[in-house]
Amino acid sequence: MIYNNILGLIFSNMHDEAVSELTQVRTMGSILFGGRYRLIDFPLSNMTNSGIPEVGIITKANYQSLLDHIGSGREWDLGTKNGGLHLLPPFSNHMNGLYRGRIEALEGVLPFIQHSDAEYVVMSDCDVVTTIDFRQVIREHKRNEADITVVYAKHNFTNNGVGSRASTILEVDSDKRVVSATINPDILGEANRSLNMFVISRKILEKIVTRFAPEGFASFDKQVLQQNKANYKICGFEHKGYYEKIEDIMSYYNANMNLLKPENLHKLFLNDTPIFTKVKDSAPAKYEKGSSVKNSLVADGCVIEGTVENSILFRGVKVKKGAIVRNCILMQNAKIGEGAELHAVITDKNVKVGKDKLLTASMKNALFIKKNQKIEED
Amino acid sequence: MKKECIAMLLAGGQGSRLYALTQKMAKPAVPFGGKYRIIDFPLSNCSNSGIDTVGVLTQYQPLELNDYIGNGQPWDLDRLRGGVHILPPYQTASGSSWYEGTANAIYQNIRFIDRYNPEYIIVLGGDHIYKMDYSKMVDFHKEHSADATIAVLNVSLEEASRFGIMTCDSECRVVDFTEKPKEPKSTLASMGIYVFTWDKLRKYLIENENAGGSKDFGKDIIPAMLQNGERMFAYAFEGYWKDVGTLYSLWEANMDILNSSDLELYDADWKIYSRNMSLPPQYIGPDADIQDSLVSDGCSVNGSVHSSIIYSGVTIENNVVIDHSVVMPGAVIKSGAVVKYAIIGADSVIESDVKIGASKEETGENQKWDIAVIGHSEVISSGVSVAPGQMIPAV
Repeated sequence: MIYNNILGLIFSNMHDEAVSELTQVRTMGSILFGGRYRLIDFPLSNMTNSGIPEVGIITKANYQSLLDHIGSGREWDLGTKNGGLHLLPPFSNHMNGLYRGRIEALEGVLPFIQHSDAEYVVMSDCDVVTTIDFRQVIREHKRNEADITVVYAKHNFTNNGVGSRASTILEVDSDKRVVSATINPDILGEANRSLNMFVISRKILEKIVTRFAPEGFASFDKQVLQQNKANYKICGFEHKGYYEKIEDIMSYYNANMNLLKPENLHKLFLNDTPIFTKVKDSAPAKYEKGSSVKNSLVADGCVIEGTVENSILFRGVKVKKGAIVRNCILMQNAKIGEGAELHAVITDKNVKVGKDKLLTASMKNALFIKKNQKIEED
Repeated sequence: MKKECIAMLLAGGQGSRLYALTQKMAKPAVPFGGKYRIIDFPLSNCSNSGIDTVGVLTQYQPLELNDYIGNGQPWDLDRLRGGVHILPPYQTASGSSWYEGTANAIYQNIRFIDRYNPEYIIVLGGDHIYKMDYSKMVDFHKEHSADATIAVLNVSLEEASRFGIMTCDSECRVVDFTEKPKEPKSTLASMGIYVFTWDKLRKYLIENENAGGSKDFGKDIIPAMLQNGERMFAYAFEGYWKDVGTLYSLWEANMDILNSSDLELYDADWKIYSRNMSLPPQYIGPDADIQDSLVSDGCSVNGSVHSSIIYSGVTIENNVVIDHSVVMPGAVIKSGAVVKYAIIGADSVIESDVKIGASKEETGENQKWDIAVIGHSEVISSGVSVAPGQMIPAV
């Protein structure tokens, strides 16, 4: 069933600075994930699977890889005449399109929002990997007669990594009303963390943007969730499904590694809501005689002669004879030379590691190798 | 809308010698090579050769094939002008009939071809695995001012009596053609790929139709053209080519992929396209042992897989042994099962401790050996043994 009264909006550049290693050459949305996906595949597929017929993708900078990935939107069933996919690159003049926060980003695409006759807008960033049915969120939104519904998940914050310092924490009362919002606090223990997905009535969204943007207020979380919670009915929707939030390079590494647990893989992919992505027509993966592959995710087009353990191999990765790859993420077309050894390494696209090279790091601090780098023999 | 050359792909045959695998789908729709179907090869060849208009003639069990081809987008054949067209037999004012032979099938679609008013048409089968640049064959046809060009392959003398065999002069002009000769005069075998100058073929199709007979290219059209002294040439093809019309040859062609010097699927300049489902990457479990094999997207493998082709979305549980076998999409092989020298059809479930097939050596000299075959969507109950050469369901 297609719901013509819902408009989807995806923020492809939001949180770029959190994973600066990976966003130097791309948007947050086009970061590669899980062996064959890009982060934007998750919000896009969630929207399509929820019957949302029209999706706008707000971009700011570095969006070539995104354009290349998305194309006409056909792969997400958004290559349609009615609705479909709209790429919304910087447009507005007065800030050169380089918005500082969500409200300014929305201001830049206001004509697009105003042009829509949808009743509700579903907004999502690209930093959360999950499957979610937005129809359920909208149902709750209506039942609560909310102006804004924020999707959150319970999380037990520890001292590891960035902890709570990259999340908006919500306090939600028994009527599901958001009673407080704290931005990037430093807390420990269980709390409700915003997943940066919102359902909002379109008219209210327009009002918020036209009211706050001219005054120079950029942050939605601060301006709306925190400082104007009395003026809007803001409710929370608890997402109980499996998710991973990407907040820095190590949470990116861990989110990928967590897919090597079959139960997580099942929760994310093997349900009724397929995650769609661009298809590249690679041949099946080939395991040569003498290869050894254990507990790994391998994409089509890989050719493996060596040893691969606890790793994620994207399309077209070649692991030569005698090479050992452990606890690694090797993005597209990595070439690992004969006898080379890699431990806890993340290679961006097209990295070449020469014969007998040794690259080791700890799983607590994985080594990142930039796109197109060649690490040749000594 | 004028086109220089269009392709007509004969995809209506039953493929009766694939028995259990073609009970519910036409032969061209049969899965092949891990993530493909047989028809991906001629369709990708068309696309890679710059042929943007393809008529696919269907008749036997077309649903799976129609669904698969869809609008032709995976092969870049969803075109503004031309593109892929599914052509089943249809009713006309003067009556209706099924496609009776290869020539009759094209005859019944003369109006389709005329809409494009082509100089040349290329006639293809849907049951061969090969990579071929048809544009070179069309160039050859033009250079020789030919009326018909037949792609030929050099085969061994023993094999020759299974094919249409040609004798040529020094300029490659065909001087003699015999369909399946008992005593072959040469080893140049027809691959069932023809380029015709359309005006010429059109005339012969109409004459042949009125003459009755088997209405077949190899048996009627080619001999008639030859007899009338038309300019007919043989175009020599070099490279991998395999008729996958029998269960054994289908299995063998799959095994050939493992030896990439035979059939290279990793060639970026001549990709084989296919309609892909959105499946996650394959998960290889801690107890897996995969050697000399191909595994596709969406699989979950935790057993031993040797010299085999595992298609999309297959599940192989732990303590499973798969050896020299072809496991088609969506099949589930449960713990403790042993599958050797076998084809397992799509979406079949092989329960725990089932034993299917054996190698030639294990079978022993006194026993008849062949590959074992399980059809599509079959369930083989726990503990059952399927002998080498046995087929389930028996057809």
